[in-house]
Amino acid sequence: MSRHTVAIASAALLLMAAAYSMPPVAAQSGVPELAFDGNADILRTPANIYVGEVGGVGRNSQGRIFVYTRTGHPYATLGDNRTFYRGGSRLFEFDANGKFVRELGQDVYGFNTAFGLRIDPQDNVWTIDGSANQVVKFDAQGRVALVLGRKPEAIAVRPAAPPAAATAPAAPAAGRAGGPPPGSGIPGSTFFQPTDVAWDRGGNIYIADGLGANNRIAKFDKDGKFIRQWGATGAEPGQFNGLKALAVDAQGNVYAADMGNKRIQVFDADGAFKTQFSGVGTPTALCITTGATPYLYVSHVGDQSGMDDATIYRVQLDGKVVGRFGSAGKLSKEFGVANSIDCRNENELLVGEMSNWRVQRVTFKR
Amino acid sequence: MKGYLGVVLVTGAFVGLASLPAPPLAAQNKATATDVPVIPHEAVPGFFKNAPGIYTGENMGIATNSKGNVFIFHRAYETRLFEYSPQGAFIREIGRNNYGFAFAHSVRVDAQDNIWAVDEGTDMLVKFAPDGRVLMTIGRREDPIRTLANMPGAGVYHGRNEKYRFGRQTDVAFDQQGNIFVSDGYFDARVVKYDKNGRFVKAVGTRGNGNLQFNTPHSIATDFQGNVYVGDRGNQRVQVLDNDLNWKANYPNVGNPWAVCVSGGPGPKNPGKQYLYVSNSWPDSAPAAAAEFTGEIYKMELDGTIVGKFGRGGKAVGEFATTHQMDCRDPDIIYTAEINDWRSQKILLKPGSARTSTN
Repeated sequence: MSRHTVAIASAALLLMAAAYSMPPVAAQSGVPELAFDGNADILRTPANIYVGEVGGVGRNSQGRIFVYTRTGHPYATLGDNRTFYRGGSRLFEFDANGKFVRELGQDVYGFNTAFGLRIDPQDNVWTIDGSANQVVKFDAQGRVALVLGRKPEAIAVRPAAPPAAATAPAAPAAGRAGGPPPGSGIPGSTFFQPTDVAWDRGGNIYIADGLGANNRIAKFDKDGKFIRQWGATGAEPGQFNGLKALAVDAQGNVYAADMGNKRIQVFDADGAFKTQFSGVGTPTALCITTGATPYLYVSHVGDQSGMDDATIYRVQLDGKVVGRFGSAGKLSKEFGVANSIDCRNENELLVGEMSNWRVQRVTFKR
Repeated sequence: MKGYLGVVLVTGAFVGLASLPAPPLAAQNKATATDVPVIPHEAVPGFFKNAPGIYTGENMGIATNSKGNVFIFHRAYETRLFEYSPQGAFIREIGRNNYGFAFAHSVRVDAQDNIWAVDEGTDMLVKFAPDGRVLMTIGRREDPIRTLANMPGAGVYHGRNEKYRFGRQTDVAFDQQGNIFVSDGYFDARVVKYDKNGRFVKAVGTRGNGNLQFNTPHSIATDFQGNVYVGDRGNQRVQVLDNDLNWKANYPNVGNPWAVCVSGGPGPKNPGKQYLYVSNSWPDSAPAAAAEFTGEIYKMELDGTIVGKFGRGGKAVGEFATTHQMDCRDPDIIYTAEINDWRSQKILLKPGSARTSTN
């Protein structure tokens, strides 16, 4: 651990100590239902191109829709004593009406398990992949502009004997006596199931890392140079239990969906803990609108079937929940594991659904 | 548990077969029914015609729509779903590289001509509109990251009994109200009912051989009154349930039912008198002796009375090479999807001239 990180960690600890006595805001009852329409049938693909589980959806400045989806098959390739893994996810572009335009990133190395997609203010398309452990930036022409993280070279193939409990790969050195706390990660771009990416006005990059062994936010400059990281596994302020989504507001504050702790934590751009709030169920996707009165949208996913417990909350940036809409299910106005939200247009959201294999357009009634 | 075999062989390629135990081979049993009349039948030779470069693999599922088009769900280099004209000419492919296809098990067509693919590799049902678009899915494919942690693994029975996840489910059927019935499967032992919007209604069944217990419920069909017929393969019986999944009857005399089918199609028009077809399929890649007393298909009244039987195990035209699913929309035209010989057949029955056999 460098002196620099020690200093940051110490500062963070002090902040955490100060914040420790402040409990999360309690769940808020009587949240008003927001009137809305849902069109769950907007994407049109050519024959034999299928959108599957939607890891991420986003719109660019022209309203074009990009979808990073788990579709097709993950393949294992038999090598010399090693087994390699490829395929399983694709990146599609649609026009504003949902008509298929083209595919991007055909057969790239790291499209395996779509976890998310974001479009930055310059219309670059960023994909987040949970088994390649990579975040890839495509420019508006579809060329690869930046790759963060490295895909594991080979996959572990176990004997057929009793299925072992699924365990995330251990982060080296994490949790050893005298070492950094578990989940705090290796400074740099060694991700374990990263889940989301966000940017501040200076173009700095924030990565949520993630659902695997790490529970940290990693910050890079616009060229991908590592700046700092914060977070560890746990339930205290500044700790996470499954870091699922990020959003950055206009002031550069970082909102983190701490899924396992059922709360949103807010940090400043240097990672100092500012506040936290709950009352948003199990936060799974985040998006902050950019209008005069910005809102944070939070999807709650209470069950992985997408059939029993779900809604989307509208939250003020101070944590006050001001509305909710939708429930779990397969019909229009229902959501099957809403894993991403695009809110570039504050009156018309796009919601990417995992279990329903679709993107739903949500229009608020005035 | 014959269905295990293919899985073990495929995954075995990843680690070398020598490291795997030999897969269990359950015996296919001789049916106990005797003095069953034989219904004359003939196969239309070479009925299904693929274009050059198009191949089907193990034909797992077959179903017709109201226009007579035929859908075959099969395991080739990929698991694929093909559509054929009523004359057997290849028309097109549906569902190529969608997320729900990994290891085909069956296909059914509902009353609106939607096509339902049952895939036991992804534990998913995928409902396609007639134009090939996805309308609904039920079940969820295991997260690839979890799958990777467990590779390769042939999997084991778990009896998880979750509302919206399956354990290698095997087949689907629909009643006149559009309710959905799923036989589930290898790693669960139950029948699950959903409403037409895919919302869970009820599940019954545990593993065992009592009533409302199953040992690989492998195929499922409904009649016009909404009764449910389950091919309870490992228990050598067809188990009949009412529409609320209460037990009604067992038909224990027709061998190990790999495939069940009720004539008349999915409705909604009145199908006329309905029959139940049950295949005591010949398992190729099993001890050859079974070919002597398996492979025949029974035609029954819905109350279990046997009308007659036809066919036998084998690979000649008109013999059956492990019938895995049947379509019997027209009770005198049976389509068979056969695992071995990588084929499907169109079978014409001549029920007017049934004769009594001695075996």
